[in-house]
Amino acid sequence: MEHASYIISQVINGLQLGAVYALIALGYTMVYGILRLINFAHGDIFMLGAFFAYFLISRFGTPIYLVFFATMAMCALAGYFMEKIAYKPLRNAPRISLLITAVGVSLFLEYFCSLKAIFTPDYIGFPRPFEVSAWNFSLGGIDFSFTNVQVLIFAITFFTLALLYLLVYRTKQGTAMRAVSHDQETVALMGINIDHTVSLTFMVGAALAGVGGILYGIAYPQINVFMGIMPGIKSFIAAVLGGIGIIHGAVVGGLIVGVSEVIVSAFLSSTYRDGVIFVILLIVLLVKPSGLFGKRIDKV
Amino acid sequence: MKTMLCVMTALCLFLCIGGNAGAKDTVKIGLITPLTGDVKTYGESVKNAFTIAVEEYGRKGKYTIQTVMADDRNDATEGANAALKLITQDKVTAIVGPVTSKVAIPVSEIATQHKVPTVSGTATNPKVTFSDGKRKSYVFRACFIDPFQGVVAANFALKDLKARTAAVLYDVSNDYSKGLGEYFRTTFTKGKGTIVAFESYQKDDVDFSAIITKVALKKPDLIFLPDYYNKVALISRQIREKGIRSALLGGDGWDSPDLLKIGGNAIMGGYFVNHYSPDRKDAVADAFIKKYKARHGIIPDAFAALAYDAAGILLKALDAAKKPVSEEILKALAATKNYKGVTGTISFDAKGDAIKSAVILKVDKTGFTYVTTVNP
Repeated sequence: MEHASYIISQVINGLQLGAVYALIALGYTMVYGILRLINFAHGDIFMLGAFFAYFLISRFGTPIYLVFFATMAMCALAGYFMEKIAYKPLRNAPRISLLITAVGVSLFLEYFCSLKAIFTPDYIGFPRPFEVSAWNFSLGGIDFSFTNVQVLIFAITFFTLALLYLLVYRTKQGTAMRAVSHDQETVALMGINIDHTVSLTFMVGAALAGVGGILYGIAYPQINVFMGIMPGIKSFIAAVLGGIGIIHGAVVGGLIVGVSEVIVSAFLSSTYRDGVIFVILLIVLLVKPSGLFGKRIDKV
Repeated sequence: MKTMLCVMTALCLFLCIGGNAGAKDTVKIGLITPLTGDVKTYGESVKNAFTIAVEEYGRKGKYTIQTVMADDRNDATEGANAALKLITQDKVTAIVGPVTSKVAIPVSEIATQHKVPTVSGTATNPKVTFSDGKRKSYVFRACFIDPFQGVVAANFALKDLKARTAAVLYDVSNDYSKGLGEYFRTTFTKGKGTIVAFESYQKDDVDFSAIITKVALKKPDLIFLPDYYNKVALISRQIREKGIRSALLGGDGWDSPDLLKIGGNAIMGGYFVNHYSPDRKDAVADAFIKKYKARHGIIPDAFAALAYDAAGILLKALDAAKKPVSEEILKALAATKNYKGVTGTISFDAKGDAIKSAVILKVDKTGFTYVTTVNP
């Protein structure tokens, strides 16, 4: 029984990490769905989210629910300008130019923010809005526990996900997004404003990454300007794993990556962790190149 | 206004005359230290102490010292670049630093290749002065080395904390952390203790939940955390959040005011091995602590104290050398015997390492409290 509860606690650890990956992966997947662009700067928007939240909490003492809304708004704005300044002028350029620009934007955000006058390159302790406490459960002789941080992460991730589904499948804007992802020229002829739709997609993706940044800061209370690189790569893997362009694929991919990371560290060694993730990705791509859910039907 | 002008003219005149009368030669000394990044409090302490040491030398020394500072961000590549720049462009005569072992190891190679005498205050890994069976003859350090530190920590765990089982969590990509963890394990096992978990993580990790849950299952008496303060603070918080109440023990990397700021209650009651305690009663130490406190408002940590000693040793060797050239300084450095420093009496052994005692400090609400001294 002890073994079972050990495995369960490790899986819960993994889901906590995976939920944050899922939030970031959604942004990758939505932008890819609509522009066929891997937005490498997405991990840095996640970093911006964590820093915005840090300043709101530590400088202005903003209550936590307001922090979420304000950070989402600021990240959405950052996403909007990123698209307008860096990607829009290249809308009709070869896709490789866009990709290289994305790498450039990513490096720019990291090193610009690491200037002393901006965020500084230092490691900063993230102020937790509440103390961590744990609840213990026992189910059929198996003990396990949840912390309030884990509950918060799951609740916010799934709440945000539900909102996203409503937006994509129940609103006109969502229909436009799905239409643009299928065929831009035809959609333009139908009187849909492509620029608006693309901007909206970037803003929604960036807002989700911002939420991810806050949750990450709360769960692992230390932030720095390069914190977005690894989660960004992991979330990209998650998006590809689930089938890039597919919303629920990104979520499932995120959870798989998070849980396998933790399980590998728990049963093998953390040295193998990243290697195993990439091997999983390779196998999925060899067996099913379009990803786990890749049927290319309900893409965004 | 007139008086002001008079005073200023007088001052100028005085400075000119002073300059002429002295007519000292200028010697360039480089400092490599992490002023930004994950261990920036080390770098700040080192910079402050180095500046004080150079100023003091300026009043009575043979040469005028021109300092060139370089930031290594606690990154091996940045450190190597900084060292090359100091040596080839700024043409420094000698270098103080680097501060951390992972930067000091590549820099010590470069310094030896270019024949630039280098004194590090705090790099404790053996490979800094000696690797692959070869002595890096231009490199010295003012501190003890990790094999000794690991022995001190393990003996303290066994005898004073009465620990029978211990877990070690270390950064696999950091020479200091990995080395210290291994030295601790060796001595702890030799002393009939059991290492129940020897778990690694990587440099950029922030999620330690997997390995901590693994450690929780083993219920060790003690957890040894040989890493820098930022990681230690983060790990100790996650350890306490998982409800583990084991004692925490670490090395000199813990010494930073930020340990308490980030670690908070989680780190309270932890012990660590360090180079000196400010409580130590000694004329040299008191004078330095007083001066440092007056200028920076805080009591100097071991990084400041050791940087002051490293700079002091180097400057003394500079004065002792016949000419301010690398070979002569090297000879004087190697001959250093019983240097009275802030952190104790320093003599170099054949490998350029200082033979010194270590202290154990305890973390509490007021900061760090002295527990005991261990002699080599």
